[in-house]
Amino acid sequence: MEEKHDHILKEVTGSEYKYGFFSDIDTETIPKGLSEDVVRLISAKKNEPDFMLEFRLKAYRHWLTMKMPQWAHLTIPEINYQDIIFYAAPKQQASLSSLDEVDPELLRTFNKLGIPLEEQKLLTGVAVDAVMDSISVKTTFRESLAELGIVFCSMSDAIREYPELVKKYIGTVVPYTDNYFASLNSAVFSDGSFCYIPRGVRCPMELSTYFRINAANSGQFERTLLVADDDSYVSYLEGCTAPMRDENQLHAAVVEIIALENAEVKYSTVQNWYPGDKNGKGGIFNFVTKRGICKGDNSKISWTQVETGSAITWKYPSCILRGENTTGEFYSVAVTNNYQQADTGTKMIHIGKNSHSTIISKGISAGHGQNSFRSLVKVVKNADKVRNFTQCDSMLMGDKCGAHTFPYIEVENESAVIEHEATTSRIGEDQIFYCNQRGIDTESAVGLIINGYAREVLNKLPMEFAVEAQKLLAISLEGSVG
Amino acid sequence: MLQIKDLHVSINGKEILKGIDLEVKAGEVHAIMGPNGSGKSTLAAALAGREMFEVNSGKVTYRGENLLELSPEDRARKGLFLGFQYPVEIPGVSIVNFMKTAINEQRKFKGLEPISASDFLRLMREKKELVGLTTSLTNRSVNEGFSGGEKKKNEIFQMAMLEPALAILDETDSGLDIDALKTVAHGVNQLRRKDNATVIITHYQRLLEYIIPDYVHVLYKGRIVKSSGKELALELEAKGYDWIKGEE
Ligand SMILES: Nc1ncnc2c1ncn2[C@@H]1O[C@H](COP(=O)(O)OP(=O)(O)OP(=O)(O)O)[C@@H](O)[C@H]1O
Ligand SMILES: [Mg+2]
Repeated sequence: MEEKHDHILKEVTGSEYKYGFFSDIDTETIPKGLSEDVVRLISAKKNEPDFMLEFRLKAYRHWLTMKMPQWAHLTIPEINYQDIIFYAAPKQQASLSSLDEVDPELLRTFNKLGIPLEEQKLLTGVAVDAVMDSISVKTTFRESLAELGIVFCSMSDAIREYPELVKKYIGTVVPYTDNYFASLNSAVFSDGSFCYIPRGVRCPMELSTYFRINAANSGQFERTLLVADDDSYVSYLEGCTAPMRDENQLHAAVVEIIALENAEVKYSTVQNWYPGDKNGKGGIFNFVTKRGICKGDNSKISWTQVETGSAITWKYPSCILRGENTTGEFYSVAVTNNYQQADTGTKMIHIGKNSHSTIISKGISAGHGQNSFRSLVKVVKNADKVRNFTQCDSMLMGDKCGAHTFPYIEVENESAVIEHEATTSRIGEDQIFYCNQRGIDTESAVGLIINGYAREVLNKLPMEFAVEAQKLLAISLEGSVG
Repeated sequence: MLQIKDLHVSINGKEILKGIDLEVKAGEVHAIMGPNGSGKSTLAAALAGREMFEVNSGKVTYRGENLLELSPEDRARKGLFLGFQYPVEIPGVSIVNFMKTAINEQRKFKGLEPISASDFLRLMREKKELVGLTTSLTNRSVNEGFSGGEKKKNEIFQMAMLEPALAILDETDSGLDIDALKTVAHGVNQLRRKDNATVIITHYQRLLEYIIPDYVHVLYKGRIVKSSGKELALELEAKGYDWIKGEE
């Protein structure tokens, strides 16, 4: 366990982007471009039931009527959808009965990423669904979780094996008409993770999905659906990396969470897609729609995100607080260095009486990075006694970067108590000198100070990943001071 | 241990130190006194290597090396410690984490393995006791929301943890109540050895009752205008600085 930890740390502590390698894996791709035929082809490749194809086609037809949104504080180059490969899958047996059938190069890739897929080598207490390009290559601990009635598998498997569950919930939190990228995802999503925690079950291990983009010219469109039935609990974590390439690659994901009565879902993200080089060349466009609904009374959804990667991040993990006494939380650290741009934040939609939400956002901008925080706290007419607390802090390093905040508040019920705090700070020369004087060099001092600044958020991460996230923060800011 | 020869230091082009000469030998305690704005903190900061304090001329030798060529962190790693007059707050960084990082940086510099968790805890416990620091304080972020006296105690605690060869304490006594003053003095005395040295910057004779200095220097307008034995502190206390100014 200790050793495993050290290994991951070593992998992360080297400077620069550590995960920029490309694996030579036999990959099946379809021709570039997007059309109704491509949508049908993806569905056919996955042997999907009709309802899924219908869903995709409706989404695709709707997407054709939509335009790329312009409201974000981002400069996004034109994306040519006919130049993207929408399905790229490492070649392997249709269904894997054992790990022996997995391409060894694939195993090596995940080993290199610090995510060994051999169960005995895994961090104890963490089950992993490993997704490479368009498909899930392996889900660990699937059988032992099944003994508790927990379903944890790839989305493709879920659509085939649990069509009723999928049909009941998919698109209910993020409808296919929701927004440009959600519609696109609904049409072409290729895989992702599915998780169902049955009534009264506390999931005994962290569930996690590790996303890896490998193939060139391809986009990754994954879809994750998480259903927590009455009185259940699950903590879920996703991580992601991609090779260094001069071209931008598109990642447009959708995550839907449904929490029923008394259920609690913790969803954590450590986003480390390739951010592009120092001059802003290359990097992932990360356009993601994440939303959860606290459907049952007393349910709780908590989003924690550490966003260090991607050239552009566009993402607002949100909570619809439908039930009474529900709780929504959003804890975020977002770093933009060099030419990275991020427009991120959350929406808390209070529908249920006595629902509470907390928003803690820590933005860090360095280099020419542009970091925007955007939030909406909405309280509908019948939602009595709602409380929200929002704290949005920005830290600036150097004088070429930017921090922007766009907090929106829409309250239709007078009993609501909404608090908002915002600060902007810089790392003081005196703080760095104080550290220097104790023998800590400037790079380490910055890492220390930044992690202190983000501590409230990092503390929310599952233990196993908090240390890794801390290292990641320090590394992504290397060279930004002095 | 430390030899300063004709040191000139300026801030923003304005000369503050106008030729300092000072020699501190191993095993000695030196006190530096002087009116506000005379350049005491400037001297401390220049020795610690703070960039904005520009060394225009002069020479500083520390344990046989040219101190002025070293980076601030290397000076610290080689045993130079500065107890700050105004310790800065580092929000969210626990004292435990901060000290562990500092100690491991120094160990790495010496080619040692990181300190083990149990050794570190033992060291913490021992040094906390020495300077009378409570666990509720060391669990907090570095200096964040600390009272003036608590900040000063924390400086001495860090000194005790790092066991420097040369400690420069810039008004560590100001803001301390009488009990804390005794504890701090006790701490400094406990750490006194034949092979280390302490420079105490203070305004008050009181501290020097507990930490007996070998020499007392008066810094005035950027120069050391008087050096003598411990009795000088008493004389200053009785007569004030006008006496020095008058002698000029
Ligand atoms: N950052 C700075 N910028 C400009 N002037 C400065 C700066 N720091 C110190 N000075 C000036 O340098 C002179 C010496 O200051 P210094 O802090 O060394 O005095 P001191 O002897 O430590 O005084 P005190 O007893 O009040 O602590 C003062 O005139 C002060 O205003
Ligand atoms: Mg001073």
